[in-house]
Amino acid sequence: MSGVPLTLQLLNFCAALLLLLSFAMLSQRRVVNLVNLLAVQGSVLLLATLLLAVRTGQHHLYLSAGLTLGLKVILLPTLLHRLIRRLGVYWDAEPLLNISGTMLVGVLVVVFAFGLAQPISQLASTATRNAIGIAVAVVLLSFLMMITRRKAMSQVVGFLSMENGLFFGAMSATYGMPMIVEFGVALDVLVAVLVLGIFFFQIREQFDSLDLHHLEALKEEGAPRRET
Amino acid sequence: MELLILLAAPLTGALTLGLLGARRFAPELNVGFSVVTFLAAGALAVRVVAEGHLVVAHEQFFIDAFNVFLVALTAFVGLTTAIFSRPYMRVEMEHGRVRAAQLRLYHSMYQLFMSTMLVALTTNNMGLLWVAMEAATLSTVLLVTLYRTPASLEAGWKYFILCGVGIAQALFGTILLYFAAEHAIGAEGVSALLWTHLNSVKGQLEPAVLGLAFVFLLVGYGTKAGLAPLHNWLPDAHAEGPTPISAVLSGLLLNVAIYAVVRCKILVEGSLHSALPSKMLMGFGLLSVVLAVFLLWRQRDIKRLFAYSSIEHMGIITFAFGMGGPVANFAALLHMTVHSLTKSAIFFAAGHAAQKAGSQLMDQIRGLITLSPTIGWGLMMGSLAILGLPPFGVFASEFLILTTAMREQPWATPILLAALGVAFAAIFGRVQPMVFGETTAKRLPHPPALLPVFVHLALVLGLGLYIPPYLADWYRAAARLIGGG
Repeated sequence: MSGVPLTLQLLNFCAALLLLLSFAMLSQRRVVNLVNLLAVQGSVLLLATLLLAVRTGQHHLYLSAGLTLGLKVILLPTLLHRLIRRLGVYWDAEPLLNISGTMLVGVLVVVFAFGLAQPISQLASTATRNAIGIAVAVVLLSFLMMITRRKAMSQVVGFLSMENGLFFGAMSATYGMPMIVEFGVALDVLVAVLVLGIFFFQIREQFDSLDLHHLEALKEEGAPRRET
Repeated sequence: MELLILLAAPLTGALTLGLLGARRFAPELNVGFSVVTFLAAGALAVRVVAEGHLVVAHEQFFIDAFNVFLVALTAFVGLTTAIFSRPYMRVEMEHGRVRAAQLRLYHSMYQLFMSTMLVALTTNNMGLLWVAMEAATLSTVLLVTLYRTPASLEAGWKYFILCGVGIAQALFGTILLYFAAEHAIGAEGVSALLWTHLNSVKGQLEPAVLGLAFVFLLVGYGTKAGLAPLHNWLPDAHAEGPTPISAVLSGLLLNVAIYAVVRCKILVEGSLHSALPSKMLMGFGLLSVVLAVFLLWRQRDIKRLFAYSSIEHMGIITFAFGMGGPVANFAALLHMTVHSLTKSAIFFAAGHAAQKAGSQLMDQIRGLITLSPTIGWGLMMGSLAILGLPPFGVFASEFLILTTAMREQPWATPILLAALGVAFAAIFGRVQPMVFGETTAKRLPHPPALLPVFVHLALVLGLGLYIPPYLADWYRAAARLIGGG
């Protein structure tokens, strides 16, 4: 314990874990596992929020931890698992870039993220400022995942993981956003997942599949259209 | 009080229409709620113009000359679109394209969409602005896919993912803004995200962080405004959804997104003391104009054609705000107004034209003028107006923008002029055979509501000929608030 308090060490551990989880998601092709990884990511986020709350004594962080627990650890993964079961999508197709290639790009993305976060980290007065770079990296890695995946479900997991990254960034830079904003964001995310659920059923009803290559008819010149 | 009615009316409307379900009088109820919203917006505008700015509800809402003008415009176009959608959606139902349950969703979401836009416009909290923008996307995704055709599902998916990713960038920008604010004014919790507070301390905000924040905010909200290169969702969403939705997406939502960008620009410019934000706006604006104009040539679908024209006009507006200064801001605000009115009028006319011809493909729409002179002339006049022909208001604003550009940014003038010329050739060449020539049109089971088309065009014509002094003062006040240049 060379001067660094235990909570801070644990927080840094959480940050490292989040980064590892992002890479795990990039390499994972089983959709069920992706959702599980998302749930784990939510739990790590919950742990980090609680640690930060204990360390700084800011009460609104407990509230925000509750929100994370309810939404990101329990509700969203449950909803996604139910969707997967009812739609019967278990595997993603071969990604546009093979796994090892994606990982290599991912490493470059992390380097870039730390560069991007440099000016912010220097200004930050929070104890967790070193984690800002990791948060940016998580956001960009999720973005990478959304670009390289073909199945709608994986893109959604990427989207939610990006939101987790942003949330972690807000926490490490400023100890969280004002409560009213956090509630609003949480509400939007929840509604987004519900809308997507409806949407998936519509897509499957139409195409018998959730593979997004069906959704490539609308090119610039406009595909031949139905008659009214 | 007016504000409460303004925000509560569409929300109550959404709940009522959602609960009541697909009654026969639902379209009338939809119009009714829009009337209430419009009256409240009018009252609010009168009050703000008389009293200057207004800060209410623990500073969570802030209304000044800039946003009250957009509130009034939004409520007005919301009302006329509701009037237009009454016969339009009935025809769609008889053509078997929508069922009763979908119509219930449509009406409920229409009102919800209006309320999210009004919240986005009136809120003082940059975080709430983000929440409302995202909610506006979510409430329209299911409307874009209302017809459940493969093409509409694709459009909806693109809309959701692209705007979702875009808006996530904006959230990061908002976080950075909050971070900079906390750094400058200390931990103040909620108040650190209030625009009025940020505006008063903008000189002390850390420039490095704000510059970074602006990049993210511009990309994020710019995606929603249809700025290139993240404009891909816009033509699809506009072409595949029902026409009233195309009209409000193009006429209103794009404006709200531009509004968000401009609010951020005011803050960042105050902090950076450099021309970086202006240059970025001008660059993105010009890129969008050029890209959209060349893509106009390749369109075969009437709604896609005018969707690309929206991207072009958003580019012009962004460019004008980028130049800044009282004249360019004035012109940009005027352009926002006339573009909203004209573009929604065009979509109304185009929607009925497509219903009559039984297709959205321009090759199959012919000779509108023989069977229905009003639709034919509506489409023709609307197209001439949007192309910037003299007596209409679009000419006035584009003229102002071009002359300012000649003085301030001479290098951009030839590009803009060439783009406007190309757009003229592309759109006029397509619209002319649709309006004149042999007819292919059929009769419709419900008489179309064409009043909104001509009311909008008359207003645009009026604004082109004469801007009433109080309106001009109002625009000037708003242009001063935006500053820059």
